[in-house]
Amino acid sequence: MTTREAFARAKAEGRAALIPYVMAGYPSRGADLEMVKQVLPYADLLEVGLPYSDPLGDGPVIQRASEQALRQGIRVADVAAFVREIRALTDKPLFLMTYINPVLAVGPERFFEMFKEAGVSGLILPDLPPDEEPELVALAHRAGLEHQMRPAQPTESASFSRGLAPVGLETTFLLAPTSTEARIQTVAPYCTGFVYTVSVAGVTGARDKLPEGLPELVGRIRRVTEAPVAIGFGISNRATAQQAAQAADGAVIASALIRAHEEGRGLAEVLREVRAGLER
Amino acid sequence: MQLPSYPLPDAKGRYAEFGGRYVPETLMPALEELTGAYLHYKNDPEFLAEYDYYLREYVGRPSPLYLAENLTRHLGGAKIYLKREDLNHTGAHKINNTLGQALLCKRMGKKRVIAETGAGQHGVSVATVAALMGLECVVYQGAEDVRRQALNVFRMKLLGAEVRPVESGTRTLKDATNEAIRDWVTNVRESFYIIGSVVGPHPYPMMARDFQSIVGEEIKAQLLQKEGRENPDVVIACVGGGSNAIGAFAPFAYQENRPRLIGVEAAGHGAASGLHSLSIGAGRKGVLHGAKMFLLYDDDGQIRPAHSVSAGLDYPGVGPEHSYYAEAGLAEYVGITDEEALEGFQLLCRLEGIIPALESAHAIAYAAKLAPEMEPEQVIVINLSGRGDKDVVEVMRVMEEGQGSRAEGFVQGGQS
Ligand SMILES: Cc1ncc(COP(=O)(O)O)c(C=O)c1O
Repeated sequence: MTTREAFARAKAEGRAALIPYVMAGYPSRGADLEMVKQVLPYADLLEVGLPYSDPLGDGPVIQRASEQALRQGIRVADVAAFVREIRALTDKPLFLMTYINPVLAVGPERFFEMFKEAGVSGLILPDLPPDEEPELVALAHRAGLEHQMRPAQPTESASFSRGLAPVGLETTFLLAPTSTEARIQTVAPYCTGFVYTVSVAGVTGARDKLPEGLPELVGRIRRVTEAPVAIGFGISNRATAQQAAQAADGAVIASALIRAHEEGRGLAEVLREVRAGLER
Repeated sequence: MQLPSYPLPDAKGRYAEFGGRYVPETLMPALEELTGAYLHYKNDPEFLAEYDYYLREYVGRPSPLYLAENLTRHLGGAKIYLKREDLNHTGAHKINNTLGQALLCKRMGKKRVIAETGAGQHGVSVATVAALMGLECVVYQGAEDVRRQALNVFRMKLLGAEVRPVESGTRTLKDATNEAIRDWVTNVRESFYIIGSVVGPHPYPMMARDFQSIVGEEIKAQLLQKEGRENPDVVIACVGGGSNAIGAFAPFAYQENRPRLIGVEAAGHGAASGLHSLSIGAGRKGVLHGAKMFLLYDDDGQIRPAHSVSAGLDYPGVGPEHSYYAEAGLAEYVGITDEEALEGFQLLCRLEGIIPALESAHAIAYAAKLAPEMEPEQVIVINLSGRGDKDVVEVMRVMEEGQGSRAEGFVQGGQS
């Protein structure tokens, strides 16, 4: 299933799409796949986190989860194996969330090929404003296509956003309440998967309420791109899900799921509530 | 006074491929605003006059360029001068930068400053200027460092700062920096982040370099008076993030007749041990805290903890401009082990009556190796980045553990 199809199907069913987050190696090797099985019935797309030593865009909950996963000795190759296991369970779009240093360490081309082959649909790169590394982004867009159709000219990455060119890995970047018109104009065309709109200036973490002004922010983004827009950061309950659904096409839920696991609550309870909030 | 203009970085904050802005998108507008404000005020006569005033009257600049005659005689080679940044208010070069950034913060109408600190030197320096300027101040420090550096924690509190211990990751400087950036992302509209070295996203490495360049500029003027020439043969400085070194290097680095510029990284227990801070010596290109630089990480890109006996050098990365100098061959980077640094520390204490910071002791130790190979008419300038009062307890501990026994022999042997 393509990313666009997943968002369209949710819309046809009268909902905003639900994008749960799972982290490779959390809560432990093997048990991570149990988390996947719990969230899949509620998911339209899935975000898969690669644990990182210095997650500076994340709040305490995901930081703790990363540390726990890294203590299990989770390697990049293990994350790719995890993606393959998920792929065997579902054809829903999978987005890999990774900070940029693991990509640079493995080598962008090898990293992208590895995850394309494993079955990832796209990438979320929270510490890479795309205009910092346009060539690296273009490499992601060509992942897996190299041998079939290497373009004669280096392809202008932004042209993929029109959906004309074949897709290797899709890319998703962040926009925020602080984003200026110029930043939206710059970043949105690189969002070939969807636009990840951060609900608040801040780091990841569950919140009780989202700030006002989201519809206005999403409106500014929609004037620049046709890509689906999802809201992330702070989605935790029915109220926050409703706010997201009023403004956008989808919602990411991450910290609230990990917190639920930490507190020994079932993930289904949180997911049912959030999914209900996403009904229009 | 004027702030310098150098050919780099380019408009995107790059020193060749190094630098840039690898940050959450939330911060991008703030970095653009900060760049605009800095580029405006760096040419504003009133701003410059105020900076100059505080540098003279509050920091105590210019700092002396002191001819270390005993050290020179003892080593028996090149003439050695010490640039006495240890005599600045708060005891290190750090304040050249924090003062400049705090004045910029005030101009931008922000009332709250955030900082990260390792041992507490930068934290104390930020708390100091915050007190001076009437700014609210929050300092992030790794929980491990809060315990090890109780005295500096208390100093910061005396100065009115709030010190927040950071429990994540390795509980040291890199994690404190992550947490400071998280605070900034959250409070970006009303807060100013004062980074402590030439690291972080553009424009920070550029700003910190420009404010620290006073060090190299003074060296030129003072050497002209003392030796009749602006250029020494060698400039040596220790390199953590790289701010004291860039201050001493940058005014020389882009000129044609360049002295040898030697950055000394902390080799800890030695390059082979894995316990070191040799970002340039043993690192690879990567991204940390918003910039591309030479960096210590494993095959999966997970950041490796650094090690050094000196907390100020205990950082896994190094500023993008140093990364560029290293690759372009504008400067050389070498390593000095914990043990050698302790020898350098004692050497300066005994011969010159100056207790250097353990960071600066790395530069002394390298000069001690180099000077004997040079001619008496040649000149070495060592940037003595800070004073060592903060380190005496740690040095006592390490010497009592026996690691210092060789160092003692070294000094006594040298005097006989
Ligand atoms: C006295 C002194 N020298 C050097 C350093 C290292 O920093 P940098 O490499 O930015 O000069 C520190 C940092 O705390 C310091 O306190």
